[in-house]
Amino acid sequence: MSSLPIPVPNIKISRPVNPTGIWSWLTTVDHKRIGIMYGITAFILFLSGGIEATIMRLQLAGPELDIVSAAIYNQLFTMHGTTMIFLAIMPLSAAFFNYLIPLQIGARDVAFPRLNAFSYWTFLGGALMLKLSWIGGATDAGWFGYAPLTSIDQNPGKGIDFWILSLQILGVASLGSAFNFIVTIINLRAPGMTWMRLPLFTWMSFITAILLVLAFPVITVALIELTFDRYFAFNFFNVANGGSVVLWQHLFWVFGHPEVYILILPAMGIVSEVLPVFSRKPLFGYATVVLAGAIIAFMGWMVWSHHMFTVGLGPVANTVFTITTMLIAVPTGIKMFNWIGTIWGGSLKLNTPMLFSLGFIAMFLIGGLSGVMHAVSAHDAQQQDTYFVPAHIHYVLFGGAIMAILSGIYFWFPKFSGKMYSEREGKLHFWLMMIGQNVTFFPMHFVGLDGMPRRIYTYAEGMGWDLWNAVATAGVFILIAGFLVMINNLGRHWRNGPTATDDPWDARTLEWSISSPPPHYNFEEIPVVRSLDDWWETKYGTHEKAVPVSGSSEDAHNSDIHMPQPSYWPAVTSLGLFVGGYGIVFNDLLFPYLFAGIGLLITVIGVYAWSLEPVNDPE
Amino acid sequence: MSTDVHNNTHEDHDYTTTGLNHRKMLMWAFLGSDCMFFGALIATYLVYQGKSLVGPYPIDVFDIPVTSVSTFVLLMSSMSMVLAYAALTQNKINGFRIWMASTAIMGATFIGFQVYEFSSFSTFHVDIESCAEQKVKYGKFDDYEAELCSNAKDDHVETHDGLKPQTNLFGTTFYTLTGFHGAHVTLGIVWILSLLFLSYKKGMITPERHLDVDLAALYWHFVDVVWIVIFTVIYLFGVFPFPGS
Repeated sequence: MSSLPIPVPNIKISRPVNPTGIWSWLTTVDHKRIGIMYGITAFILFLSGGIEATIMRLQLAGPELDIVSAAIYNQLFTMHGTTMIFLAIMPLSAAFFNYLIPLQIGARDVAFPRLNAFSYWTFLGGALMLKLSWIGGATDAGWFGYAPLTSIDQNPGKGIDFWILSLQILGVASLGSAFNFIVTIINLRAPGMTWMRLPLFTWMSFITAILLVLAFPVITVALIELTFDRYFAFNFFNVANGGSVVLWQHLFWVFGHPEVYILILPAMGIVSEVLPVFSRKPLFGYATVVLAGAIIAFMGWMVWSHHMFTVGLGPVANTVFTITTMLIAVPTGIKMFNWIGTIWGGSLKLNTPMLFSLGFIAMFLIGGLSGVMHAVSAHDAQQQDTYFVPAHIHYVLFGGAIMAILSGIYFWFPKFSGKMYSEREGKLHFWLMMIGQNVTFFPMHFVGLDGMPRRIYTYAEGMGWDLWNAVATAGVFILIAGFLVMINNLGRHWRNGPTATDDPWDARTLEWSISSPPPHYNFEEIPVVRSLDDWWETKYGTHEKAVPVSGSSEDAHNSDIHMPQPSYWPAVTSLGLFVGGYGIVFNDLLFPYLFAGIGLLITVIGVYAWSLEPVNDPE
Repeated sequence: MSTDVHNNTHEDHDYTTTGLNHRKMLMWAFLGSDCMFFGALIATYLVYQGKSLVGPYPIDVFDIPVTSVSTFVLLMSSMSMVLAYAALTQNKINGFRIWMASTAIMGATFIGFQVYEFSSFSTFHVDIESCAEQKVKYGKFDDYEAELCSNAKDDHVETHDGLKPQTNLFGTTFYTLTGFHGAHVTLGIVWILSLLFLSYKKGMITPERHLDVDLAALYWHFVDVVWIVIFTVIYLFGVFPFPGS
């Protein structure tokens, strides 16, 4: 609510002052530290999702294997999907938002530093809640949790409850961070940073944040309805009392399809940053790429029913959604041509980030083309629920989003660590990835068209699926090797790699104008932006007064820079949500909803203390 | 607008690109998000409208005159909120307190009406003296009474089942939608009372710091606007059918 300059005496708990060690991380409001925490947490969760996938691939390596039971297999694919979407790709993107957006727009921090910390801790709570649900049986209804698989009659265990509550908590985290970045990008751009000078990554993040703000409430409502059905016997998805299971599908996909663009637009932004740097050319058709991103976000709301072609919505609905889905391929295609136009005729430097971005274009193209195949509703009827669909989604999300994110990790590694990684090992990782993912995911097209259903825990011999399943499983080990190379490379060099220069790639945007790693206040003097790719123009261009924006002015003194101070309350408020979530799942412990009440109380205390605590104590 | 910015520089950055305040912008983004929240709830209600397998139906339980009164009270609370904000900007702190208190009281009155409504709906009972003489209500025969009569063994029908969230789709969607609106109003009351109490601490609520009140007012007006939609779409259209339908 409000932050006031005069401290309130009666609830005065002295705020952390220059904390060290673990406390400095628990109370930090520095967007760069929060970004790194997001990145590391999400990467660990990504690996956990990878382990789930590996177990599934082992189970499917041959016919009628018995490595895991059918029940465990159902939990594995549900947790794998939920983890990769909500706990890996989204927070990995959030790590980039946090670290880069203030740097790219020339700001010292985000608009709401404590809200930013709150988003991270809330995300961590939601993630822990979901992953810990493995103890006692995780959710097993698929990542889109279709009714009535989630109903209390069909699924009386706690797994679904954990899934619902953790998604609600993760939703709070995502919304908090989306509000924050919308305001940050609108309101904290440096002087001269007009909309059409905004770096592409920041642009795509802005569009993503708007999608998040509008899409998440819809799944919040869907999950609330499901909760009420499960806990209080409401009738939302109860067919016996006239409820419709199709309503869940509509609500889920009205959220779920914009969510797809929430996953891919930041990745497209990263690629749009990397390609110009290593082509030594400006992005081809900057305005077109921005506009295409905005059109994708807008049209992303008009295509949700292509997930439901076989539900029986009727020929009119299927035709309309076929047409809109094909139309949305147009702006995506425009971006493809812009990227190709960017590298066309450039003097290419094939460093690791560039390789990953080029890999992204190739892989995402394959995924995009199979996406257009799904768009034809008659054709989709053949593919629905076969392995062709996982093949498509892995080409767009693994070959697409993850490749772009890896490109971004290598690209900005010198910036956030201040060290250089080994280029040789980076390239090895790239080739292991390219080979591994194609060996793993391409055969899924074949078995899918051959009629192998997705989400089956085993299959009979002689279906003709043995060979390609064995190949796909083999591919997983190439991917594992790739990620081991990456962890070794980046982990080792983060600690004792060669020191990176401030601008090792001869790059174009503002974050490269400051030291590596950046000081906690980012810019000693807020830069004045004079053009698109301002840092490049400052180095080579026609700027009248080509001075570096950092460290150039003798007037700037550190003491003049007021940075937001650390705070306990974001983490306390998040803890309240976490406790409350558990309190709802275990609502019969000791006293009905006792722990939900305790969680609420902690949250309320956190919110009030936060509201009454000034961003900075008066000096 | 620029005065807003300068008055809040203690907590915000000295410079904002647009000259607009961070927190106000966040509030608008939040309200946009909340529109989708209520949009999804109202959509659910409309999708299930007329799909209940058993009664009671909207026409049986809604009491339009009573809800009109509570709607009027809620709308007047918005006006009182405007007066509170105006009083604060004119440095009339006592006027501010009076109007804030009256806003909270009117909000609480609305909630009181809602509690009454929920309890009367859930204990709604029907006592039909004679099925042979069905009542005509709002220009159409009552489906619920007809339904009860057709299932009844004799001419006299009496039921105390009431409308509970579990009863039918109407109960499920109605209580969820209006319940979440009520929760929003309750949160608004807590917020308004918090500001009212803070105004007794020196320097907390001053004309220079009117943004704190402005944000609460924005939220309060939004919640009122949502109620106008709910009252029209759920209550009025639920009782007075569309022309031609």
